[in-house]
Amino acid sequence: MKFAVLVFPGSNCDIDCYKAVEETIGQPVDYVWHTATDLSAYDAILVPGGFSYGDYLRCGAIAQFAAVMNEVKKAADQGKFILGICNGFQILTEARLLPGALIRNNGLKFRCHQTQLEVVNNGTAFTNQYSQGEMITIPIAHGEGNYFCDEATLAELKANNQIVFRYAGDTNPNGSVENIAGISNKAGNVVGMMPHPERAVNQLLGSEDGKRMFTSILNAWREQHGAAVNG
Amino acid sequence: MAQQLTAKEPTADQIADQKIYSQFGVSDYEYELICGFLGRKPNYTEIGVFSVMWSEHCSYKNSKPILKKFPITGPRVLMGPGEGAGIVDIGDNQAVVFKIESHNHPSAVEPFQGAATGVGGIIRDIFSMGARPVALLNSLRFGNLENERVKYLFEHVVSGIAGYGNCIGIPTVAGEVMFDESYEGNPLVNAMCVGLIDHDKIQRGVAKGVGNPVFYVGPATGRDGIHGATFASVELSEESEEKRTAVQVGDPFMEKLVMEATLELIDSGIVLGIQDMGAAGLTCSSAEMASKAGNGLELYLDEVPQRETGMTPYEMMLSESQERMLFVVEPQHEAQAKEIFDRWGIICAKVGKVTDDGRLRLFHQGEEVADMPVKALVDECPVYEKPSAEPAYYRDNAKVDTAAFAEITDLNGALEKVLASPTVASKEWVYNQYDYMVRTSTAVQPGSDAAVVTIPGTRKALAMTTDCNGRYVYLDPEVGGRISVAEAARNIVCSGAEPLAITDNLNFGNPEKPEVFWQLEKAADGMSEACVVLDTPVIGGNVSLYNENAKGAIYPTPVIGMVGLVHDVDHITTQGFKAEGDVIILIGETKAEFGGSELQYVLEGAPSGRPPEIDLPTEKKVIGAVLGAIQKGLVASAHDLSEGGIAVAAAESCISGGLGAEIALSTELRADQLLFSESQSRILLSAKPDNAAALTAYLNEQGVINATVGTVKGSSLSINVNGKSGINAPVKQLEKVWKDAIPCLMK
Repeated sequence: MKFAVLVFPGSNCDIDCYKAVEETIGQPVDYVWHTATDLSAYDAILVPGGFSYGDYLRCGAIAQFAAVMNEVKKAADQGKFILGICNGFQILTEARLLPGALIRNNGLKFRCHQTQLEVVNNGTAFTNQYSQGEMITIPIAHGEGNYFCDEATLAELKANNQIVFRYAGDTNPNGSVENIAGISNKAGNVVGMMPHPERAVNQLLGSEDGKRMFTSILNAWREQHGAAVNG
Repeated sequence: MAQQLTAKEPTADQIADQKIYSQFGVSDYEYELICGFLGRKPNYTEIGVFSVMWSEHCSYKNSKPILKKFPITGPRVLMGPGEGAGIVDIGDNQAVVFKIESHNHPSAVEPFQGAATGVGGIIRDIFSMGARPVALLNSLRFGNLENERVKYLFEHVVSGIAGYGNCIGIPTVAGEVMFDESYEGNPLVNAMCVGLIDHDKIQRGVAKGVGNPVFYVGPATGRDGIHGATFASVELSEESEEKRTAVQVGDPFMEKLVMEATLELIDSGIVLGIQDMGAAGLTCSSAEMASKAGNGLELYLDEVPQRETGMTPYEMMLSESQERMLFVVEPQHEAQAKEIFDRWGIICAKVGKVTDDGRLRLFHQGEEVADMPVKALVDECPVYEKPSAEPAYYRDNAKVDTAAFAEITDLNGALEKVLASPTVASKEWVYNQYDYMVRTSTAVQPGSDAAVVTIPGTRKALAMTTDCNGRYVYLDPEVGGRISVAEAARNIVCSGAEPLAITDNLNFGNPEKPEVFWQLEKAADGMSEACVVLDTPVIGGNVSLYNENAKGAIYPTPVIGMVGLVHDVDHITTQGFKAEGDVIILIGETKAEFGGSELQYVLEGAPSGRPPEIDLPTEKKVIGAVLGAIQKGLVASAHDLSEGGIAVAAAESCISGGLGAEIALSTELRADQLLFSESQSRILLSAKPDNAAALTAYLNEQGVINATVGTVKGSSLSINVNGKSGINAPVKQLEKVWKDAIPCLMK
């Protein structure tokens, strides 16, 4: 299984995502520059955190126009696995691959700390190694992670089981709608989340709970791959 | 337009007759010297260039005699003071690069941008050496946090630091924040950056090879920050608000691009010399690069990318627009260099040429507009031996008995008061705004004695801290200077690392006041003594003088930034208690020492008397023994005793570990004195019950005074003194007081 880690000029979690893939599942992984026009070689695409183009405007507002984003859209249509983390989530919403938007934290400040997440949907390609309702520890680091969508979209998210992670109990760090921390698209192959699983892959960093996001992806790919071969 | 602006500039004769040079901080004596070096009167551009090069900020003209005191060599030192940053060998062909720098005056008038560009500047110092920046630290001082202006400065300095570091993707892992009326109106904002480098990648800021082209990279030059270095070298005043234009504006995204492109350029192996444009921008970088190579330099100012129209040579040379670098390659490598910067979307312009005439010559619109000897700019600024005088307060303080305060009977209440003092209180409100985890190497996060950052691909790690108690230094600069270094070393050791070296930021008042110069001299003596004994040379730093407010000089605050080497990640140790039943051991002796203590501040509002004493050989023995014990695997937690003494240290170990403790102490002192004394060279350890005997035996063998004082137990902190209950409070309650203090004040 082959991974791409997108690199915008202001990405700063690209190295961490790359390392996490190497260390957790040992699969081949490449950095792919934002001007790339072909992603056909990759089975999974990680859109990392950072400040894509400085993001002085709206986070991800410029990144949606990057050449590589056309390829990401194609890959999404083909059912490939796409995971946007933090700025990656912001970019995926700006690119309309995921519904809703990320606005400023309700406290108006950047926040960086561990959070408790509830796995709301363990049926996705990114969460199949967690139990439904499991509480996991994954850190956040963002200034604009307050997930917002209108009532109709929220109803749709719920109806389609698209809410993947919620902040536990009353610990919502940014004011997001219904404590949402991560969502998927309708098909379930595109997930965006504000917390950073790539920062939770080693006990030295405070948590290992992010590891299973990566093993989940590999597991899903193997199942899909096996099915394709058998079918 | 250009002509018009140029025409407005005074002529060389006007500058002389109307003493216009004095507006730039150039004295009559210095002006005469400059005329001598040029063999004529300087024009407007030239006097501007000389004034910034001869400012205290660039020339260290008032502090050079002080800086000479510091030990700057050691077997591990690969580069000492003089370049962008110092470098220390850490084995395996790797080295650590670090430096601290102040942005005090800009932050006093424009806190967000002042702090942000302070961070940006120090990062450039690190990557211009060829190193990958891996961590940031900040040492901050503000006035009393009850004051509205102080709140404003605190809030915006923190968000300025966050805004820059978070965006560029370098974790802000440690630092310190202290609050005292002394810093009102003149906050201290010292930023430190730590980088990693392979030995063969180390760069120098030299303009090598006569005839080689000189390149400018980064954003275009604007009119921001003109005379920033001069601004940094005078006292702040009522008019300082008007000097907002001397404060630059930061663009961390641009710096990220410049950093990645520069590191790629250096990696390609074609760079002959490189330096960032920091204080005094194009002037300082070009003059210093030429000087270090013993060459001259020609700059063609029409080629300098300009953000605004009609900029004069004077403005271009003195602008401190941010995120810019200057480098030299051989002509045949020009295309290769440009290609790298193109890929990152950054301007790379050929703006000059290395010459052999030892002169800095500037050309603009077909004319030579300045011609100055490089050596005069860089090396010939006069050095002043300022008069020094022992201040009256120091003599008066000799009579003060700091232990003579009325006995405190409500010890729980006193502990809560000290825990809620913003200097001691949790800094979570601050560091939760910093991305301290990006790069996924932060093994010890903010909130312990020192932060620890792992070194990828090895079992090693770096520990880092900043320390200085300005109240101690004020009360006795020599002792306070020693304590600053010793406390930093103690913090490094408590994290499981061997202290390597320091960078220092000397924040003092106006050195023209003999009492301030005395503080500077004495503090440097104390620091030097400690650096020698503890084997931590000074590899670089920064001097920030003229830190004054309406009431006078700030407390002398020589901030120490120290880096240590963790030889194996298994040695990494934190301050929190680890497990129920662990044995608690206190190292060191407690005397009734309260001068400059947090308790004194809480009770009396101002420091008096003498600070705690420190015996450097004892300190060396203590930290050697603790590091040895950690490396032998005998220690579960380690916490240095500093502000608030054993009461605060024990509370913090409980809070960090989420566990209680039962401690029993015996003493000849009063209970309140024992609990809050700030005697030096003390460390609180805990050990697994199975290791306790071996730990005690080892400490005894090392000749270190130690006592087994209790066990980790339950959910309350209980400290009995001479068999009587001293402190007894639920850890949750202490945690609440400690954590809520700053957020409550900031609401």
